Amino acid sequence: MDAWLIGGVKSLIVIAMVLQLSALLLWVERKGSALIQNRYGANRANFFGVVPFNLGFLNTLIADPIKLFTKEDFVPAGADRFIHSLAPFLALFPALITFAAIPFGDYVVIGGTTIELRAVDLDVGILYVVAMVAMSVYGVVLAGWASNNRWALLGSIRGAAQMISYEVALGLALVSMVLTYNTLDMQAMVYAQGELIFGVLPAWGFLYQPAALLIVFTAGMAESKRVPFDLPEAESELVAGYFTEYSGGKQAAFMLADFAEVVMTAGLVVTLFFGGWQVPYLTAEGWTLPFMDLIPVTGWIVTVLQLASFTIKVLFFCWLQILVRWTLPRFRYDQLMNLGWKGMIPLALINLFITALMILLVGESA
Amino acid sequence: MMEPLATPAHYLVLSAIIFCIGALGMVVRRNLIVMFMSVELMLNAANLAFIALANRLGNMDGQTIVFFVMTVAAAEAAIGLAVILALFRNKPTVQADEIGLLKW
Amino acid sequence: MSELWFYILAGMTVAAATGVVMLPNPVHSALSLVATLFLVAIHYASLDAHLVAALQIIVYAGAIMVLFLFVIMLLNLQTDPDESPMNATAAIAAGAALAIAAVLGRVFYAFGTSGAGAELPEGFGTTKALARVLFREHTVAFELTSLLLLVAVVGAVVLAQRDKHDARVEPVEPVEPVETEGQG
Repeated sequence: MDAWLIGGVKSLIVIAMVLQLSALLLWVERKGSALIQNRYGANRANFFGVVPFNLGFLNTLIADPIKLFTKEDFVPAGADRFIHSLAPFLALFPALITFAAIPFGDYVVIGGTTIELRAVDLDVGILYVVAMVAMSVYGVVLAGWASNNRWALLGSIRGAAQMISYEVALGLALVSMVLTYNTLDMQAMVYAQGELIFGVLPAWGFLYQPAALLIVFTAGMAESKRVPFDLPEAESELVAGYFTEYSGGKQAAFMLADFAEVVMTAGLVVTLFFGGWQVPYLTAEGWTLPFMDLIPVTGWIVTVLQLASFTIKVLFFCWLQILVRWTLPRFRYDQLMNLGWKGMIPLALINLFITALMILLVGESA
Repeated sequence: MMEPLATPAHYLVLSAIIFCIGALGMVVRRNLIVMFMSVELMLNAANLAFIALANRLGNMDGQTIVFFVMTVAAAEAAIGLAVILALFRNKPTVQADEIGLLKW
Repeated sequence: MSELWFYILAGMTVAAATGVVMLPNPVHSALSLVATLFLVAIHYASLDAHLVAALQIIVYAGAIMVLFLFVIMLLNLQTDPDESPMNATAAIAAGAALAIAAVLGRVFYAFGTSGAGAELPEGFGTTKALARVLFREHTVAFELTSLLLLVAVVGAVVLAQRDKHDARVEPVEPVEPVETEGQG
């Protein structure tokens, strides 16, 4: 029963973490886009004019949800009511639970019980991530189909084609990472990145697999369907794409799913390529900088530093995605497909071949 | 390694039930795509039986066979749906009863 | 306690499988099948087949079923009014299916409970164990499946592409862009 309790608490923490980050990103995106476009951004939130300063942050945390959830929940005539209601949750659900396999820290010992800091201990962790990414197609496809609207249907067909195409590249790039680390377990991958190359550089994944980093990051952005990959919603062509006919809480669910996917991509990239929760040169004994004496840091401080390291890295990659979103224009559809099928997939295949060849020649995985 | 929820025998019975539901769908439905989905249902029932027996006999071969069945199912779905598309182009229907030109 | 979980999951699986066969709208059928595949994957995981469970979701639920949905949408299939699964033939078929299920279930159950189950070897069901069997004992079959997939891809493209010499397909006239003066 103890295991159930610990598992439940960890799952709650992970889901809360993703939800909080997604809500935070909503605000960061507004302010960030304002910064990029030389505007002010959200600055109208206040408690009936009582507070003397602007509560922009509360705008998206409190005011926006209230606004969204009090709007009319509209279902168009001729729509499939059940699937129309189901689709937002099918979009949100995989995005939220993907994080379960991503480790956000080493282990802690509380009262003699060792608790690993991730929601579930999966020995096929990375395949679980791919599986959940594959499941996220359904929300998009069914939203468009159930809306009984041709823009929505066009958007959802675009979305399905795009997500399936980039999933292939993502999967192939992940296979080369599996070969590099010689494991499917994401915690073991993070441990492998705690080693040092020649005793100097931390053995982070992007040093071994820069091409895979490029592919995973790009494909991850394509999976989250945001600019420059936002053809499924393309507001200048398709009204709002697959969620044209959604309003109120259901539309909020789609927005939340988008941001949860951003967080997921950031988490995946950090875990695979940037050492996960590893702090450079920090081991259980303390900081062992090369050519220097050991600085003793132990116990809880190490755990807190590792959690902070993971959070900061994830936030950085979330910010990077927002930056890309507000910097690049949208692809044309043929450009998108060419990039996917003629660019990313051959690159991923060549990368996989070279990885396998190196392992064969060197005789050992990193 | 987690404990199975029930004995492999339970899973075998479940697989028998799913297989019969699939077979029923194959017989009763006339929509080609739904018939196709019933075949997938039967394949899954067989896979479940393989996995349950692999667990019972402590032999990995059962899981390997499921791996192969999935590959074949993927190939079959791609070809089957392409055939349905090609049929639909010649005669816009997916009702099996109406595609009887070669029957005499 | 754990058996209760099995019965709940099994009940949901059977209900979802029934939905595939009984629901009149093909999209609902496909969704029901996705649910069935997901639940079967959970059964796999509880039988120590973690890798197969993950593959089940990636390959079946993630790829094959999306293909099904895609085709259903492409053909714009609606609920067919003629499709009435509840007629005499269907009743007989259902009875037969029930009888077969009972017999099969009885035989399987007897087989499954006869004698003691084997001790599971160390590392049973892990990716390493599956890979060892796959690449040592079934290497040829594994390579053949890759050939099969290649043939399937080529075959699907050949079948699904439009025949350029097919007289039935009218070539679409390219639309001349309308010249509007004084605008833009």
